[in-house]
Amino acid sequence: MKVNSYGTEAKNGRVSTRKNLFLLLMVLPGAIWFVLFKYLPMIGSVIAFKDFKIDRRGFVFSLINSEWVGFENFKYLFASSDAFIIMRNTIGYNGLFIILQVVIPVAFAIGLNEIRSKRFSKIYQTGMIFPYFLSWVVASYFLFSFLSVDKGIMNNMLGFLGKDTVSWYSEPEYWPLILTIMALWKSVGYYTVFYLAAICGIDSTYYESAMIDGAKKIQQIRYITIPLLSPTIVILTLLAIGKIFYADFGLFYQIPRESGVLFPVTNVIDTFVYRGLMKMGDIGMTSAAGLYQSVLGFTLIMVSNLIVRRFDKDQALF
Amino acid sequence: MSQSAFGENSSNFKFTGKKRSPGSVSPVANFILNIIFIVFMALCMLPFILVFIISITDESAIAANGYSFFPEKLGTTAYEYIFKIGDQMLNSFGISAFVTIAGTVTGVAIMTMYAYALFRDGFKYRRFFSFMAIFTILFNGGTVPSYIINTQLLGLKDNVLALILPLCVDAFYIMVLRTFLKSSIHESIIDSAMIDGANELKILVSIVFPMSLPGIATIALFSTLAYWNDWFNALLYIRTEKLFPLQYLLSQVQSEIDFLVRNSSMLGANASDAFKSVPAESSRMAMVFISTLPITLAYPFFQRYFIQGLQVGAVKG
Repeated sequence: MKVNSYGTEAKNGRVSTRKNLFLLLMVLPGAIWFVLFKYLPMIGSVIAFKDFKIDRRGFVFSLINSEWVGFENFKYLFASSDAFIIMRNTIGYNGLFIILQVVIPVAFAIGLNEIRSKRFSKIYQTGMIFPYFLSWVVASYFLFSFLSVDKGIMNNMLGFLGKDTVSWYSEPEYWPLILTIMALWKSVGYYTVFYLAAICGIDSTYYESAMIDGAKKIQQIRYITIPLLSPTIVILTLLAIGKIFYADFGLFYQIPRESGVLFPVTNVIDTFVYRGLMKMGDIGMTSAAGLYQSVLGFTLIMVSNLIVRRFDKDQALF
Repeated sequence: MSQSAFGENSSNFKFTGKKRSPGSVSPVANFILNIIFIVFMALCMLPFILVFIISITDESAIAANGYSFFPEKLGTTAYEYIFKIGDQMLNSFGISAFVTIAGTVTGVAIMTMYAYALFRDGFKYRRFFSFMAIFTILFNGGTVPSYIINTQLLGLKDNVLALILPLCVDAFYIMVLRTFLKSSIHESIIDSAMIDGANELKILVSIVFPMSLPGIATIALFSTLAYWNDWFNALLYIRTEKLFPLQYLLSQVQSEIDFLVRNSSMLGANASDAFKSVPAESSRMAMVFISTLPITLAYPFFQRYFIQGLQVGAVKG
């Protein structure tokens, strides 16, 4: 049995208290931060049930004096035509991203692992995780240099080929594809390197004995690599599903450059809440949308954690 | 044996993979794979290269031919322009650098201390504080209540702290760091130090801290990236142009390049006199290039800890 470091001093209660005090001091700054920036907003989310009006006499005053309106804000939210669109877009895009962010990186990682020159493999990795380090603002400029109506590379090329140019930022039909490409552009390298690390961790004796049994490369991948990767895949996927109601704000806000024509295919819960709050000042409806998102997200993450636990207790979040 | 657990792991997992599954793919397959990855790598890097080329393209060539990988005429007007009237750019660069350094240092200190306390078995309130952190991963109050509390109660409106504090702590990194401590430092080391008469502070500073450096470096890297690339908090809280961080300035310049002129110490009219016309297109791209420069330069360092971080993260979640 492991001896607890405090066991030796258990007889001396005072010393132990002093140590706990020391450790309490250690958590104190973090604990204060959690209270101010996480727990106060949680309590503050009751404003979703209020007709919140900002009062000069301070936040607490405004909170107490705002009238309770029950589920009015939610009714108003769900009555709006946006409610369906933002839910569809959020879940639709995230669902698609979850699938593609497993399939492509796993395929890439397997491929990268088979490349003979390890030096090339390393160069490819270096190149492909680069986008992960850049902000969506920068990515938005990158995209703009291709899609700008009058100066972009795409329209230059279309013009060169004698085709009609496209006014990319006002044609919704292209955007599901563009957003998907951008999401993948930024994340595929990251996940590839992640899965590659997992593949490199697989015991090479599995492959050796498979070779002796005459297994071809494709069989080795099918019967060794993929089964051994699957716990990692399942866990990452379940955790991603737990966050399916949270869209990547930067992707949906910066990349389409605030083009209103595109909102039907680019508006997600997060951008909807932001615009409702900052542009229209609608605290009631946006806080209702936010709370709705948080509650759904909480439920999903609990469920997926439960499932992760059944696969592998150590990998569960708690 | 400092950092033994981690050091061994990372050499096993080294992503270049000295160890390889025996038997190689056929030369044809190898060739095709190389082509696929060259194309994908090019797709990842080309936009960045294009932006750089646009930034050194002469404005007249852009006006005539649009953006191009092979411009007709090169020029450094964009950079001259930015440096001449770019008070705002320099200022934003400073804000970003300050916020990144201050935020990373504060955040990493807070998270390390928190993770350390959770790592100690003997800590009486461990379960409580563990829950306190983990619950924030599961549930959050959402943007609106946060915004209202930060502006109404904490006075973060138009305050440089609004760029630092909200990003300071991430419960997920605390848990990653705690797991890292658990896997790399055995409780018996701490026990023996105690028997030797070391106190808590001494144990933390001279034993735990040096041993957990790789884990801390990883957290610091993610924190640095998050701060440098952040524009969201500026979007919510910052209205004074003096406090704009670089990424937010970039997103504002998207719509109006004269933003730079307006905030220059040279009067707008004088500034445009100095140049025949505002090199709007190339300057914008020059700003994008400059803003990514620190990350590009720190890239080798980033990449190393990034890979380590993936492995630390893989231990838990």
